[in-house]
Formats: sequence, structure tokens, C-alpha cells
Amino acid sequence: MPSKGQKPSMGGVFLNGIFTENPTFRLVLGVCPTLAVTTSAINGVGMGLAATFVLLGSNLVISMLRKFIPDKVRIPAFVVVICTFVTMVQMLMQAFLPSLYASLGLFIPLIVVNCIILARAEAFASKHTVLASAMDGIGMGLGFTLALILLGSVREIVGNGTLFGLDILGAGFEPMLLLVLAPGAFITFGLLLGIINAIGNRGKTNKAAKGGARA
Amino acid sequence: MNLTFTGVLMFMISSVLVNNYIFSRFLGCCPFLGVSSKVETATGMGIAVIFVMGLASLFTWLAYHYILVPLGLTYLNTIAFILIIASLVQFVEMFMKKSMKALYTALGIYLPLITTNCAVLGAAILNITEGYTLVEAVLNGVFSALGFLLAIVLMAGVRERLESSNIPNCLKGFPISLITAGLLSVAFMGFVGLGQ
Repeated sequence: MPSKGQKPSMGGVFLNGIFTENPTFRLVLGVCPTLAVTTSAINGVGMGLAATFVLLGSNLVISMLRKFIPDKVRIPAFVVVICTFVTMVQMLMQAFLPSLYASLGLFIPLIVVNCIILARAEAFASKHTVLASAMDGIGMGLGFTLALILLGSVREIVGNGTLFGLDILGAGFEPMLLLVLAPGAFITFGLLLGIINAIGNRGKTNKAAKGGARA
Repeated sequence: MNLTFTGVLMFMISSVLVNNYIFSRFLGCCPFLGVSSKVETATGMGIAVIFVMGLASLFTWLAYHYILVPLGLTYLNTIAFILIIASLVQFVEMFMKKSMKALYTALGIYLPLITTNCAVLGAAILNITEGYTLVEAVLNGVFSALGFLLAIVLMAGVRERLESSNIPNCLKGFPISLITAGLLSVAFMGFVGLGQ
């Protein structure tokens, strides 16, 4: 059994993924699905939860196997584990949520190459206990989901006048269609990142402003 | 698609300009944002992607139609494709190291990065879902990668200029790159309707 007495507390690990190291806004990982599926808030929820499931599953299995996987072949081994969970999500979604599956389309199998998942496997799950890795998976997954919902909501409200399919801005609102089209994804994400950086920077006054997210 | 000269040309225009992988399909955005700070490295990355994506389209198509379909294992396509791509990249790297020294020194460092480039896996899966024939699949891989090369080189050109311009602190780095990509994407929207 893995020893207890981890340095970071479970709650800390959990919150780390949502705020301090939010995969989308602080680490800027997994950009492709973030840009592609956030045309509406509900798509963001679907993609986020699918990725959370894969993260949780792969983190669990990889941390369980971390003593058995030889160092040299660890990346292929991680990829196979991740791939298994992605195929599961793909089949489950196709069976029970066909409309969501259709709108996310290609990006469900592409969770395999989402850098967030491999990054967490490499940086966290292969070094920590099963429980901590599970918390990390859920935290990171929810952080990703929240970021997708935020981005999806902004694009849906401004670009379409709705939120989760409900008309919230009334008939007088002229939707700015550009935001739900491809360019809107880049521009909205860029501006949101900028705003979040500005808020983050204001906290630490005068501390040599690094600007931009760390890659 | 018919395999006449015009047919191929139209196919190329639609993959490179109209359905550009970066600007309209959002595939391969990680290397697009990560390796686009210099034109030289961006070109290297782009050429390596053309090479790998053409080969990957060929092998994944063959594996799907001659191994997975006869065995009734098509649901394993994601796993099969990612393994094929990973081993292909490894092979190409070893082959280049042995027999194409010059090319290896130019492209070598980009090759491992390509395994996690979702454009390659995306192209492999799209080739299957769109029902392309072998020739179409390979052409699609090569042309889409050509679109990637165009996008990443354009972006690198703009970013080299951004280096020396005065940008608000909070927008430095990724945010301004994303906004730039957005503007480039607006330009590419002008191509919609061209080709097919």
C-alpha cells in the first residue's frame, strides 16, 4: 500500500487544479478542444466532463501501476491507458448521449492527444498515491470544465444571445455572430486569458510582471 | 474527387485554404502556438508535419481497411491509430538519423512533438469518417499538413514583429498570440465558398 503523509493536503491538490494551476487559463494546455467545442456552454460541459472522466480514470490506473511501468516505456504505456478510457467515453457517449456526441464529434477521440491528460500522468499520477492522483484528476478535470463553461458561455451569450439554449438577452439583442464562428474562439480565449492575467497580476503588486501564461 | 489535375487542385485549395486545420478546424493548435515564435523553426515543424501526416494517413488507412475492418475491431481505431503514429514517428526519426543526416539535424527535434499533435490523429480519423479512398486519404494528409505549414509560418511572421511592439502586460505571450490567430482566421474566412 502506498504510504500516507503526503505533503500537499487532499483539498489543496483538488483546488490546485481549479485555480492555481487551472489547465486552461494558467497552464494553457489542451488548446484545441478548448477552442473547438466552446461554441455553446452545453458543449463545454460535455467536453469537460468527458475529459474529467478520462483524467480520473487514467490518473487512478497510472498511479496504481506506477511501480510496475518501466521508466523507458512509460509514455507509450500511459498513452495506452488513456486511450482505453477515451474509447470507453466514446462508446458510452455514442450510446447514451448521441446528440452531444454528434456535436463534439472528432474531439472525443482526440482527448487521447490532449496534453492535459498526459501532462498530469507524467507530472502527478506517476509520482503520487492513488488517492492523491484521483483528487488531482477530479480537480484538473473540473478546472478544465469550468474554463470551458466560462468560454462557452461568453461565446454563446454574445454570439447567439442565449445561455444553455435559453434566450436570455431578448429579441432586441443583435447577436455578434463572429464569436460563435472560428475566429471568435481565438479572440474570446485571448481576451479572457488577458483579463485573468490582469486580475492575477494586480494581486502581486510591482512583482516584475511576467505577463502571459507560463507555457 | 476525380483524379484529374483540376480535381486534385480543387481538393488542395479546399484543404489548404477553406478547411484550414488551424483556422477552421482547430486541429494542431498546441504546436501552432508553441513553435511559432520564429519563422525558421515554424518552417521546420511544418515540413516535418507534412512528412509524418502523409505517411500516417497512408498507414492508418491501410491498417483500418485491411486489419481492423476484417477482424471487426473498428472500435479500436483510436488506440490503433495512436500506436501507429507513435511508432511511425519513432521509425522516421531512426531512419532519418541513419541515412538522411542533414534532414535529421533540421527536423529531428520536431519529430517527437508530432506524436501529440492532434492534427495527425485528427487527419487519420477524418480520412476514415469521410470515407476517403487510399489516394484521397494520402492527398488529404499532405494537403492538410500544407495548410498547417502555411498557417504556422504566417503566424511566426506576425509574432516576430510582435516581439518588438509595445503590448499591454496582461496580454503578453499567449493572449496576444491567440488574438492574432483570431484575426488571421477572419482573413481565412474569406476563402469560404472557394473550391467545392
